[in-house]
Amino acid sequence: MFAALTSANPHVDFLAISPEIALIATVMVVLIADMILPERSAWQTSRIASIGVLVSLAWVAVIAFRDPIAPMFGGSYAIDDYALVLKGFFLVATYVTILLSVDYIAEGDYYQGEFYFLLLCSVLGMTVMASARDLITLFVALETISIPTYVLAGYRKHDRRSNEGAIKYYLIGAISSAVMLYGMSMIFGLTGETNLAAISAKIGTLPDSKVLALGVFLSLLGFAFKVSAVPFHWWAPDTYEGAPTPVTAFLSVASKAGGFVAMLNIVFFGFGLQPSLWWLIIWVGAALSMTLGNLSALRQTNIVRMLAYSSVAQGGFMLVPFAAFGLAQSHGDAAVARGAMRSVIVYLLVYGAMNLGAFACIIAVARRTQSGEISSFSGLFQHSPVITVMMTIFLASLAGIPPFAGWFAKFTMFQSIIEAGGGWGVTLGVVAGVNSVIAAYYYLNVVRSMWFRPAADDARPVQVTGALGASLAVCVGLVMVVGVYPSFFGDMAEAAAKVLG
Amino acid sequence: MATGFDAWVLTLTTFTPIVGLALVLLIPKVEEELIKIVTLATTVLTLGFALYVLYYFDYDHTAKLQFEVKKTWIEVINSNYHIGVDGISLPMLVLSAFVTVLCVIYSWNHFPEPHNVKAFLALILLLEVGMNGTFIAQDLILFFIFFEIVLLPMYFMIGVWGGPNREYASIKFFLFTLFGSALMLLAFLAIYFKTGINTFDIPDLIAADKSRITHGVQLIIFGGMFLGFAIKVPMFPFHTWLPDAHTEAPTVGSVLLAAILLKLGTYGFIRIALPILPEAAKSWAPWIGLLAVIGIIYGALGCLAQTDMKRLIAFSSVAHMGYVMLGISSLTAFGINAAVFGMVAHGLITGMLFFIAGSVQHTFHTREMSRLGGLLTQAPKMGWILGFCSMASLGLPGLAGFWGEFPAILSVFQPADGLNVAVFRTYMVIAAIGTVLAAGYLLWMLQKVAFGTPKDEWKDHHIHDVGTAEWIAWLPMLVLILVLGVVPGLMFKTTDDAVKTIVKAFPSTQTAPVKSHEPQAEHGDDAGTEHSEGDGTDHAPAESEHSGG
Repeated sequence: MFAALTSANPHVDFLAISPEIALIATVMVVLIADMILPERSAWQTSRIASIGVLVSLAWVAVIAFRDPIAPMFGGSYAIDDYALVLKGFFLVATYVTILLSVDYIAEGDYYQGEFYFLLLCSVLGMTVMASARDLITLFVALETISIPTYVLAGYRKHDRRSNEGAIKYYLIGAISSAVMLYGMSMIFGLTGETNLAAISAKIGTLPDSKVLALGVFLSLLGFAFKVSAVPFHWWAPDTYEGAPTPVTAFLSVASKAGGFVAMLNIVFFGFGLQPSLWWLIIWVGAALSMTLGNLSALRQTNIVRMLAYSSVAQGGFMLVPFAAFGLAQSHGDAAVARGAMRSVIVYLLVYGAMNLGAFACIIAVARRTQSGEISSFSGLFQHSPVITVMMTIFLASLAGIPPFAGWFAKFTMFQSIIEAGGGWGVTLGVVAGVNSVIAAYYYLNVVRSMWFRPAADDARPVQVTGALGASLAVCVGLVMVVGVYPSFFGDMAEAAAKVLG
Repeated sequence: MATGFDAWVLTLTTFTPIVGLALVLLIPKVEEELIKIVTLATTVLTLGFALYVLYYFDYDHTAKLQFEVKKTWIEVINSNYHIGVDGISLPMLVLSAFVTVLCVIYSWNHFPEPHNVKAFLALILLLEVGMNGTFIAQDLILFFIFFEIVLLPMYFMIGVWGGPNREYASIKFFLFTLFGSALMLLAFLAIYFKTGINTFDIPDLIAADKSRITHGVQLIIFGGMFLGFAIKVPMFPFHTWLPDAHTEAPTVGSVLLAAILLKLGTYGFIRIALPILPEAAKSWAPWIGLLAVIGIIYGALGCLAQTDMKRLIAFSSVAHMGYVMLGISSLTAFGINAAVFGMVAHGLITGMLFFIAGSVQHTFHTREMSRLGGLLTQAPKMGWILGFCSMASLGLPGLAGFWGEFPAILSVFQPADGLNVAVFRTYMVIAAIGTVLAAGYLLWMLQKVAFGTPKDEWKDHHIHDVGTAEWIAWLPMLVLILVLGVVPGLMFKTTDDAVKTIVKAFPSTQTAPVKSHEPQAEHGDDAGTEHSEGDGTDHAPAESEHSGG
């Protein structure tokens, strides 16, 4: 950090940060366009936003084909394969979210320009997060991701549940940021560094001190809130249920992934050499998130709440490779570390595709039924077979049933923990195995409603708008292609994990 | 590695149904005839490819993988698209392609409620991909994928077209199997890392040196695989999903479940669990044998307590799969040959019994045996077929069922070297008693359904006897039951060498049972020698036990 400050004119490779520049430009254009455009053309802002996201994505692709770029800003900002893969993921997830939002927001009498403005700001934070290799950059990125989502969660401002959910989310977010920052300050105090690589170099040589343990513990605690890991998950169902459904999709995929990427950065690049301080915390967090998330999901009757608990459980599955990393680091196995990182990335990518797809189906169905109850899906197969089959594919994928992409995510997760091995590793593997069976029950509960139950009286087929159809096509395509040819995501994640060396 | 068309034929056998599925999905729902024709053409074409494999298979080298293809599939996890068939997988593959065609033909005018021809046939096609694929996969991950693909179609088949209790039965089937396969996957991963050669390739893993893995770890890994396969078989005490699934499933679903899906489990034991972990298999064998004989007796007693014809046949599956597992647990070439034969025989015979149960239900709208009776007078052809299949099922010599059951019982008289002979001979006695019970419940069912006079409620009804579609679907199965019963060497000849290769892996296996089997490979198509060629000392006490029980 200090190195960055001392050089008055740091070298900035503008091409390397062109995705972020494109996003900032779009953010401003959206804001200005919203002022200029008449009310009835306000939906045009969605078009601007989506074009901006695609332009940013194109820049990511351009950079990917360039030679490697050295970290910038005193090593706090890395543009490597790891960062690029995750940026690409965030941008695609956001593009799909915009597709989900277009009709929902336009039909629902919401402020449109501001909606896309907030969404893009949050994405900007995510793209920065992918590159953040410094505690301060990381924290700023995390706040840039979170603050717009506090507003978005309360976007249904005449709905009390939306307000309640947003306030809960905001308060929890603020507290967790404070806790995290406190933990980070202790780490800074002990190591004298904010750069993760520098922290990593020092942390292994530090004596085992209670302060260090507390610092690591508190910063992980902050992330536990962000990724809604048990026992800090209880805001998620209320917030998810209250928020507009496209925002819920965004929160449960992109924003959650943002938290996970922050955690990847700090755990893999910063705390890697002191696994004894944190692996058990993550092990317990993973086991609890999977088990309690699933058990709570079993009892839900509202599909959004069910998916909220399911996302807690899926988060637990994503924590498993972190625990594997910790276990492997205890005996210094670099291959396991790479495998664990690859597994988290694969899981994030796959989870993004299938969860967004599930939400796209829910939005499509809810446009007609105006209900979020699982029972409102009864007999869907009889009048809307196509959307039923798609929803079934997404749910089966979430349950990890081949040949849909979810199996590969679960597989790499199991792989990482079994590779780490030992009694702790195998135990967590078995816990995850049992949990994937429990999860199948509630996912199939929805499938059962759609296929086996008689239709309600109102048997008009569900109409899918163009934008929703496009988002469904993207998600179904990814879930099917990756399910049959997992190398598509596997190779990307493998390339990303190479940054561990 | 195969070249030219031979390199493609297995892939075609597996994925042709996907093409058919895509076509079916494109055809509008109302064009039912067209959908049926496309499905039939697809399955017939698939069977054609399977028959090509059957015809051009090199029967002199049945232990060798043939039509083998190995292509990179998922590089990051070292999993390959490795397929091939040997003498053990060949009969299963052909059986699977064959039964699917018959199921489509039978479905022609037997669509269960709520009809929906398009979805029903699409699911059968999807199911076929999973079934055929499982039998050709030579990579653990590929195997796992195909093994799991069958889950969803069968779930829907039971859940949408099933009986009154279908929701419960379908989810039970699904969760049981999923639970097993989750642990099975963990076991696969453990073997991947523990052998230290980082491969999922089944032949490579079989050849790999497992001495690095401690015996305790081997036992645990085998346990994981055991759960996955045993639930699918299903072995006692994991069988409880089976009677529910069978009872509720539509006829075709039951047939496919009995004929093919259950075999995925036993096949997994023979293909994966035993050869990869032979030492652990040895330690597990007495327990597998124990569960097998419990299954035989429990299944038989379960049958005797049923009032529903279909449920009775379902319980008889538990008993019959017990014989298959008993043969496997002997860890001898003799026993495993019998097991493979038993798999095919059970597929044909029990598949047929379910077909008949379906037609009975279709005609009488009930399967309660107390309300049925006099089938022989009202629909004599169906009655005779039921009689024929019951005889085959109870293991009448000269029909296929005998060659699965009898050698399996015999094989445990002299289990593989190192296994406790006293324990296995006890199993033999118990299993022999099971055959008596089997005769009991099957004849009881036959008597209730076929004999006697029709009940009053059906007296004035005109009962349709076996129709054209049924004849086309059933005749090939009936013929095969007879042919395999008279010429069992057809099958034994195919499986024997492949089985022997597996058995060789068991530490210090006695050569005697293998040797006693050799003449069979040379002139195995002679039914007469089949019976007498076994070691004389093996047979005599076995038969006396048999009659004694």
